[in-house]
Amino acid sequence: MEKGLNITTEFTSGLQILFNNIKKHKVVLPETENPWTLGMLLFWIKDNILVDKDKCDLFMKGNTVRPGIIVAVNDQDWELLGDLKYCIKNNDNITFISTLHGG
Amino acid sequence: MPVLYSAKCGQNAVLKRPKTGDTLCKECFYWAFELEIHSTITNGNLFKKGDVVAIAASGGKDSTVLAQVLKTLNERYNYELKLVLLSIDEGITGYRDDSLKTVLENKDEYQMPLKILSYQQLYGWSMDKIVAEVGRKNNCTFCGVFRRQALDRGAMLLNVDCIATGHNADDIAETVLMNILRGDVARLQRCVNIITITEGTIPRCKPLKYTYEKEIVMYAYFKKLNYFSTECIFAPNAYRGYARTFLKDLERLKPSSIMDIIHSGETMCIKENVKLPDIGVCTKCGFVSSQDICKACILLEGLNRGLPKLGIGKSSKANKALAALPNPRLLHF
Repeated sequence: MEKGLNITTEFTSGLQILFNNIKKHKVVLPETENPWTLGMLLFWIKDNILVDKDKCDLFMKGNTVRPGIIVAVNDQDWELLGDLKYCIKNNDNITFISTLHGG
Repeated sequence: MPVLYSAKCGQNAVLKRPKTGDTLCKECFYWAFELEIHSTITNGNLFKKGDVVAIAASGGKDSTVLAQVLKTLNERYNYELKLVLLSIDEGITGYRDDSLKTVLENKDEYQMPLKILSYQQLYGWSMDKIVAEVGRKNNCTFCGVFRRQALDRGAMLLNVDCIATGHNADDIAETVLMNILRGDVARLQRCVNIITITEGTIPRCKPLKYTYEKEIVMYAYFKKLNYFSTECIFAPNAYRGYARTFLKDLERLKPSSIMDIIHSGETMCIKENVKLPDIGVCTKCGFVSSQDICKACILLEGLNRGLPKLGIGKSSKANKALAALPNPRLLHF
């Protein structure tokens, strides 16, 4: 059993191009003093799994996701969960869905 | 902490609706989402019993959700519509060829007839070829003008009563902003109409006019609908992109911004002394146009004569340039 949190992150609807075209990433978040929040996770993703760093502004804007990206935790809208302040639990499935493409 | 559905059905909410702030469970969300589109359709009298309706299908999220919802509502509320899919193949390798695969899957899944028309067939030019001529700066002009006419031509071939497009609330708000920025008063009025009827063409309607993009994406996500989601490879920074980013920033501050902008577009009226273009028909191809020669013919003439920039910019300039050419050749359609 690893210390830290085992979670799955998923990038869909075009976002996967920033992640080497891989949609699903099983990751382990290292142990920290403060509990992991979605806000912290965004920066961790940017530093650790985002491949195309030049295109980071297609994923993040300021300290949050770029407007137009929907975030779901276990298929639940993150806006219901306190968005950036949500505390991540072990085995959470966190999905990032882009709406920023043609219809 | 689980959040209960606003209407207290007892289930946990899965999303917060941007338009109303309601927190809904999956089933209640489907119900609200579909019912709103049903009201949009009935309040706007978009269809008549027995109509043959062509769904403009790109394989993207909006047209995929539109096809799914129209099929559902047609059965649930006995619209008695005959639904067909109409796709335009612009000829963009690595983009449209892939998205058309999605449309083919939709065709089987929804059991609707499908007609695909290509730019190559209609105009003798694919977008790949056009981009090779004009470069990547103005190619969206060609694509947009050609698509509009291609849908009309396809709809006529299929002999349909109306074309339903997947334009959503975000698209319409974006277009309102763009038309304001460009001072295009004629289009500003037209873009907010839920049905556009021009003499000599098949009416077009927008059943998703009041449907937020976020909800369309969530609907497709929860229902696991199969859609294609790659941005067009030729248009990463087109003008619309800036309007879209601005709109998304506004939406984050105040989700009602999108409805507010549509409302502004609907209520703005043009002063009586502002001259709007008269709608006539193109003297070359007979399609509806506000000029003697329609934009599609001018663009095509430019391409065929090796002057691809001819139709970019003001039509009046292009007409002068065309008139100055020796023996203007008739276009064949």
